[in-house]
Amino acid sequence: MNISEKILAAASGRDEVAPGEVVDAKVDVAMINEITGPLAIEAFREIGVERVWDKDRIVMVLDHQVPADSVKSAILHKVMREFAEEQGILLYDVGLGGVCHQVMLEKGHARPGELVVGADSHTCTYGALGAFATGIGSTEMAAVFATGRIWLRVPHTVLIRVTGRFQRFVTPKDLILLIVGEVGADGAIYKALEFTGPTIEGMSIGGRMTLCNMAVEMGAKTGIINPDKAAVAYVQSRTDKPFALLRSDPDADYEKTMEVSSLEPQVACPHSVDNVKPVSEVEGTPVDQAFIGSCTNGRIEDLAVAASILKGRRVRKGVRLLVTPASQEVYLESLKLGLLEIFVKAGAYVCNPTCGACFGGHMGLLAPGETCISSSNRNFVGRMGSPEAMIYLASPATVAASAVVGEITDPRRLMAEGRP
Amino acid sequence: MIVKGEAVIFGDDVNTDVIIPGRYLTTLDPEELARHAMEGLDPEFPSKARRGVIIVAGKNFGCGSSREQAPIALKYAGVRCVLAESFARIFYRNAINIGLPVLECPGILREVSPGDNLTVNLAEGKVRNDTKGITLEALKLPDFLLSIIRDGGLIEHLKRRLGTA
Ligand code: SF4
Repeated sequence: MNISEKILAAASGRDEVAPGEVVDAKVDVAMINEITGPLAIEAFREIGVERVWDKDRIVMVLDHQVPADSVKSAILHKVMREFAEEQGILLYDVGLGGVCHQVMLEKGHARPGELVVGADSHTCTYGALGAFATGIGSTEMAAVFATGRIWLRVPHTVLIRVTGRFQRFVTPKDLILLIVGEVGADGAIYKALEFTGPTIEGMSIGGRMTLCNMAVEMGAKTGIINPDKAAVAYVQSRTDKPFALLRSDPDADYEKTMEVSSLEPQVACPHSVDNVKPVSEVEGTPVDQAFIGSCTNGRIEDLAVAASILKGRRVRKGVRLLVTPASQEVYLESLKLGLLEIFVKAGAYVCNPTCGACFGGHMGLLAPGETCISSSNRNFVGRMGSPEAMIYLASPATVAASAVVGEITDPRRLMAEGRP
Repeated sequence: MIVKGEAVIFGDDVNTDVIIPGRYLTTLDPEELARHAMEGLDPEFPSKARRGVIIVAGKNFGCGSSREQAPIALKYAGVRCVLAESFARIFYRNAINIGLPVLECPGILREVSPGDNLTVNLAEGKVRNDTKGITLEALKLPDFLLSIIRDGGLIEHLKRRLGTA
């Protein structure tokens, strides 16, 4: 069996499961945020059960619209606080957490071998640590709150083996954009995507999170990576809760193999995530806004690579660059490392940890006809504001370089030419 | 379980941001959500859907976020059923959980024109195009999903099971 099958077998109390089978599985951890949570809470109350199945296995996060930007959001936040208080559930309130997925990982709530469900589609990010993690809706979450169980179809797995070394300023984001372009937005519906190979083993945990995060952009149920020493060290530095190390048996066949040594920075063009082109084909496209942040690319290595490009340079006049650390922890670390100073001096606008501009909810919205280059994960029509705006997705390095030049730019070229 | 309605047609990869944009997610009121259903693709949709329609779409319907507000907006706007070549998995589960019938129906886009009258037999997994006089096979829903739809969604279904109704 592979890692996904082993986790689902363990969660459903069976020795073995096969793809296509439907299992009734026990949930290890469940997560809600303030966009999906209030509906789940309402539905939970309607079911008529008084207490959640296990208050210690639920995590609540305020992240999409923090601090509250309107009375409506404030009410949603209040609903969340009251439920957390009433049930004794851990809540990451304003100032304590950040983007829900980043919080789940860095606070040790998602661990290897576990079945984690979150009422947010990018829950698949936790596969970076060897958890089987998938997004569900609010009503389904209410059922999990009541019963601690969920039905799941055991997915078929697509194995992607990656070899080679990244060039400077080419990042895991470029790799996953290339993969999304090849697999397609619906190419992995109902499936699990497992990443493996020497490049993955040498990749930072943050980079692995970026890969697994975008599995859902291909329709996948989850993205997952076998936990190695680095993953175990990461988890143990963040929690002392025990976990089981489940790994794929070694006789796997690969459906796809990729080599990254000659990989160019990649850009997903409007209006779909799988409309991916090498940066050379879109260089020169003028941008109005640039965004570095989100659960895909708001981590410390993302801010660090962006800062290395922005250091001593300035954001082009007429362009606004928004930088949003993914969590309080990332914010503090970038403060200590002096990254925030670099951003501010470059003329970037540093925002509080939040989903922010990523989903066009409450900050950094786009006007009709404007173009944004973003380090986030979706470029659907209307995602970041006006339906008449254009969104390009790229790595934090490409976003930073583009903000400096005022048009989509290959970061390798900017740095090689040493242009101001 | 029989559902009838006029066909409204959309293409591939209809995502949750066009079904209900993120800026409307601060409301829990289904009627207000319904007023913005499909705003990203067709601002006239809510007035068209009011008389009761069946959405016919291409592959990967409902891709994107896990927002349950998407199927809720469609259901309250007057959508009685969604027939698509394929669905994004979270949307698929959400729709069934809130009691909006969804059926995977390979080849459906070729056999239906806007405004055709459709009759869907959920239990049998059959779609009849009454205007064109043809019947299409859809993928039958497993019994336990049918029973959730029959009970009006997951909440009602659970209430029965847990005896809290
Ligand atoms: S950062 Fe963007 S994609 Fe990630 S959880 Fe927030 S809104 Fe969703």
